[in-house]
Amino acid sequence: MFGLNQKDGQLILIIAILVFLAPFLLNPFPVESELAQFNAGYPDLMQRFIIFGIFAIGFNILFGLTGYLSFGHAAFLGVGSYSAVWMFKLLSMNIIPAVILAVLVSGVFALVIGYISLRRSGIYFSILTLAFAQMSFALAYSVLTPITGGETGLQLALDDPRILGQQITEQGNIPVPSLFGLEMRDSMDVVIGPWLFTFNVGYYVCAIIMMISFYIAVRIFRSPFGMMLRAIKSNQQRVNYTGLYSRPYMLAAFVVSGMYAGLAGGLMAAMDPLAGAERMFWTASGEVVLMTILGGAGTLIGPVLGAGMIKYMENIISKINETILHEWFRWMPDGIEDLVVTLIYPFIGKGWHLTLGIIFMVVVIFLPGGLVEGGQRIMRLFRRRSKSRNTTNSSDTFDSAS
Amino acid sequence: MSKSDVTRRGILQGGAIASAGFAVPTIFSANRASAFTNEPTGSTATLGFNVPQTGPYADEGADELRAYKLAVEHLNGEGDGGMMNTFSSKALNGNGILGKKVEYVTGDTQTKSDAARASAKSMIEKDGAVMITGGSSSGVAVAVQALCQEAGVIFMAGLTHSNDTTGKDKRANGFRHFFNSYMSGAALAPVLRNAYGDDRKAYHLTADYNWGYTTEEAVRSSTEALGWETVNAVKTPLTETDFSSYIAPVLQSGADVLVLNHYGGNMVNSLTNAVQFGLRDKEVNSKNFEIVVPLYSRLMAKGAGANVKGILGSTNWHWSLQDEGSKAFVRSFGTKYGNPPSQAAHTCYVQALLYADAVERAGSFNPCAVVEALEGFYFDGMGNGPTLYRAKDHQCFKDVLVVKGKENPSNEFDLLEVVEITPVLQVIYPDDHPQFSGGALGTCNSGA
Amino acid sequence: MDAIILQIMNGLDKGSAYALIALGLTLIFGTLGVVNFAHGALFMIGAFCAVTISRILALSHQIIDESKTDFLGNPLKVDVPYVYEWFGSNVGDAIIDWAVPISIVFTIPVMIFLGVIMERGLIKYFYKRPHADQILVTFGLAIVLQEIIKYFFGANPIPTPAPSAFVGSFDFGALVGFDTNQIIYPYWRLVYFLFSAIVIAAVFAFLQFTTFGMVVRAGMADRETVGLLGINIDRKFTIMFGLAAAVAGLAGVMYTPINSPNYHMGMDFLVLSFVVVVVGGMGSLPGAVLAGFLLGVLQSFASMAVIIDLIPGINQVIIYLVAIIILLTRPRGLMGQKGVMED
Repeated sequence: MFGLNQKDGQLILIIAILVFLAPFLLNPFPVESELAQFNAGYPDLMQRFIIFGIFAIGFNILFGLTGYLSFGHAAFLGVGSYSAVWMFKLLSMNIIPAVILAVLVSGVFALVIGYISLRRSGIYFSILTLAFAQMSFALAYSVLTPITGGETGLQLALDDPRILGQQITEQGNIPVPSLFGLEMRDSMDVVIGPWLFTFNVGYYVCAIIMMISFYIAVRIFRSPFGMMLRAIKSNQQRVNYTGLYSRPYMLAAFVVSGMYAGLAGGLMAAMDPLAGAERMFWTASGEVVLMTILGGAGTLIGPVLGAGMIKYMENIISKINETILHEWFRWMPDGIEDLVVTLIYPFIGKGWHLTLGIIFMVVVIFLPGGLVEGGQRIMRLFRRRSKSRNTTNSSDTFDSAS
Repeated sequence: MSKSDVTRRGILQGGAIASAGFAVPTIFSANRASAFTNEPTGSTATLGFNVPQTGPYADEGADELRAYKLAVEHLNGEGDGGMMNTFSSKALNGNGILGKKVEYVTGDTQTKSDAARASAKSMIEKDGAVMITGGSSSGVAVAVQALCQEAGVIFMAGLTHSNDTTGKDKRANGFRHFFNSYMSGAALAPVLRNAYGDDRKAYHLTADYNWGYTTEEAVRSSTEALGWETVNAVKTPLTETDFSSYIAPVLQSGADVLVLNHYGGNMVNSLTNAVQFGLRDKEVNSKNFEIVVPLYSRLMAKGAGANVKGILGSTNWHWSLQDEGSKAFVRSFGTKYGNPPSQAAHTCYVQALLYADAVERAGSFNPCAVVEALEGFYFDGMGNGPTLYRAKDHQCFKDVLVVKGKENPSNEFDLLEVVEITPVLQVIYPDDHPQFSGGALGTCNSGA
Repeated sequence: MDAIILQIMNGLDKGSAYALIALGLTLIFGTLGVVNFAHGALFMIGAFCAVTISRILALSHQIIDESKTDFLGNPLKVDVPYVYEWFGSNVGDAIIDWAVPISIVFTIPVMIFLGVIMERGLIKYFYKRPHADQILVTFGLAIVLQEIIKYFFGANPIPTPAPSAFVGSFDFGALVGFDTNQIIYPYWRLVYFLFSAIVIAAVFAFLQFTTFGMVVRAGMADRETVGLLGINIDRKFTIMFGLAAAVAGLAGVMYTPINSPNYHMGMDFLVLSFVVVVVGGMGSLPGAVLAGFLLGVLQSFASMAVIIDLIPGINQVIIYLVAIIILLTRPRGLMGQKGVMED
């Protein structure tokens, strides 16, 4: 199907089902229950899952396939956001031109930076990309304020021209981003018993775009081009000695990866029309590295999982405060309740960075393949058990896949 | 596809459960369930406190959160009532807001506009917050204000000092109680002239981002109007930690006053460095060299330690004020938490009460009704003397404090002393003042 | 002219912090081949050692002074440090005043201990893993360390003043014949510069003139052969890690009077110090020191008002610009050996 082998086809199908049912899956707890705190099925977070998923998929095309660790990928995300917001300001609130421009501009940006940075490899490449991204951040925050909005970010205003679209709504407000009249923030709430599920236009627009990007990523992974990139990862010198000039392949991977980041940036602006410079700060680049590694670099689904996990922690765990903790443990005797709350409190709420750091270390130390490897190990455990019951002839050839 | 701006509890409480029953799952679209975003239909109303909990302003954010919790207590009729007793409007009576118990959710802005918007969105979309408040920097305030305008909820800004918040980036749904760069300049200039004379040469170091620009402009224009000369103004990167290479050339320039348009960590470091270079012991043009910090905060002063002694600056509010409102607030805050409130805590507490009061007076949570109630609202007893919420730009006009680092602090909180309370008439400006030009308030958005 | 001298002096002083951190990073990379992203965190922990020692020295018990009141109008509780009671208020004051230099004595063992634990407990398992994994695990460690510090000390900077004898500045310009007030320089920065020069010299002397140093240098050049000679090179390298941590810690301790320490000061220095290492040349100790001072001076020049007016924003990007230029034209860095992580 669509030039995919059976396994990839199944993977895409499963992901498509998960993504399209996400509003149900992410809201497993009734609204009034104490556990509703853990529900993640509200539009903003669902959009973020998808958008950072796209970002991580793109990053993985570079890092997972070629092993080149870019520490400045957030710059492309930022550039994409800025271009999209400028489109909203100048042209119209339709997201199509905005997203297209975001992808193109970040592609050009990636071409320039990639052309220079790819002259070096290893940690030198990382430092070069880091240097470019930090320069972009520093300039966007300060001297480029007229173009980027600086500290306050690039925002829409009532007096923006928007030559092709509506300048001001009838109520006198700034129009919101839309797809041919379909507003991104429109939602439909569905109430089933005590549960509530939100279906948001923006989310599904992002989801469709992500499925397309994911499909393209799978095709790249399975193509001769992808093989070439893998060859570069395993031994670039050997590739060069066989007479292949590897740099164009690298540059192509870098630009594609940058365009994915730009797409994510453009979508971010489309869901929420604002672009801030801190999107380009080096810690933001670090974040996408964390996502990819956490999920499993070089695997297809890993980066998306990692992105989901980090965004979940950032948005859900950070919102748990002391009062909520006390509510949860109210059933305990007073002294023990306080003790438990004191023990847990450093790790949640404002301590979510600490938890993130710990999880991250644990994953890198024990699961170099990320969450995907963790899943595989568990699967293997079950498979072994069932196999050992039937036959003793186990094959480990599965494990080296992906 | 129906048009609704997502209310969660609202829908359920609004009778959806009753109609749904328990046996048959009923699908119910929230088309016209509420008249505006997150209308509180149950017995509670949820406010969203969006403050920095991680990052460099985390301590300030923690103090803001303490103030909010205190405000919620007072609104719900617990504790001693704090400023509710001194507030000139008597609409609040300790039974929540419009009889609904006040609940709150908290979030982490990380002092990044993206994270702040994500956190505010989750409060609006998931928790059904009817008002968002908080923040400790102008970038965040402006970003969240725009978001609240879009979503149709009220935004009561926390600590934000840039002119832009109620200048070029003002929004109809956003309100600022805190003072701004212009007011700092206007309040400081006469005090500076009295203290240091009208024949001074100033050298500005300015944080290289929006807030820095507006502060430099404000202080520059008001001191130049009094006869000071600006020798030079140098921009410093936000990420700079060692300001030695910016401070060292100051003396060479022949300047005799250094103005540090810095806030937070930048201000702590640049002031520490300036004192290290012995600038304050120097004599230039046969005048004592002086340093000025336009925006002071007690938490920052604490970080700079003994270096703040004798240095002038402006602040929105200080706990040592002796009016009834301030005393009541300091008493209830100090009794509860063991330390006096910071200016960030004060502005946040006041904003929460002002919102609640506006809802009471409007008789509705509808943002447009609240905007109407707050616009042109004139009140007293909240610590800054008589105060006006101007309708044209949603900025509060009130007295501004000029403070000085105390030479002999009597305890660890006693770092600043109030030099002068600049009356409101001296810091007020027309709403079309060039420093606030551009941008439009627009019209209120209730999300309906 | 005087403006240039001034910026060179400022640059040297900025550079001493960069050089010390980069020296430690290079020690670790040169001996163990590990890219340590937690090195900035070690610098930060060193600074907080000074904070802790100052707090311990100023440890006090409260007495109630009826004559004064606190902010709520209750009788004021006055802190009386224990050192006052033990040594009298004069000696006690002096001890508290000299807290930062005193903490050096405590910081060295603490940092060596921390470094050894880090190497044995974590880094050891990453020798065979790719550089990317090393970067990532140490980055995670850096986050954890800084969050722990933040939990105990808060996010606000904590003022940690220099001994009062070193407060203030002297007029360097007047000493060498310029007008007064043209070149002033704070005493403590001079102390910092001299201190770092001594530490750098000590590290080099240690490597150059002791048997231990000789073995380590041999190990850096060819680890396998040294191992085959029957020398337990691993243990020596562990000690080197401890030493590198101590160097970072000392840089942190002495830095506290220059800028009040806060929990993210390590991250602020991290990116910079990596640029320094790369510019100096991966694995080259003299390169790291040279690049540290060089970048410090360049950064100072870039912050001069005339230069900012000429090229707006140059002060924001100068470090990165230099890094890019060096990496493109001379990828092994200023003094790096050919072939070390080079293409």
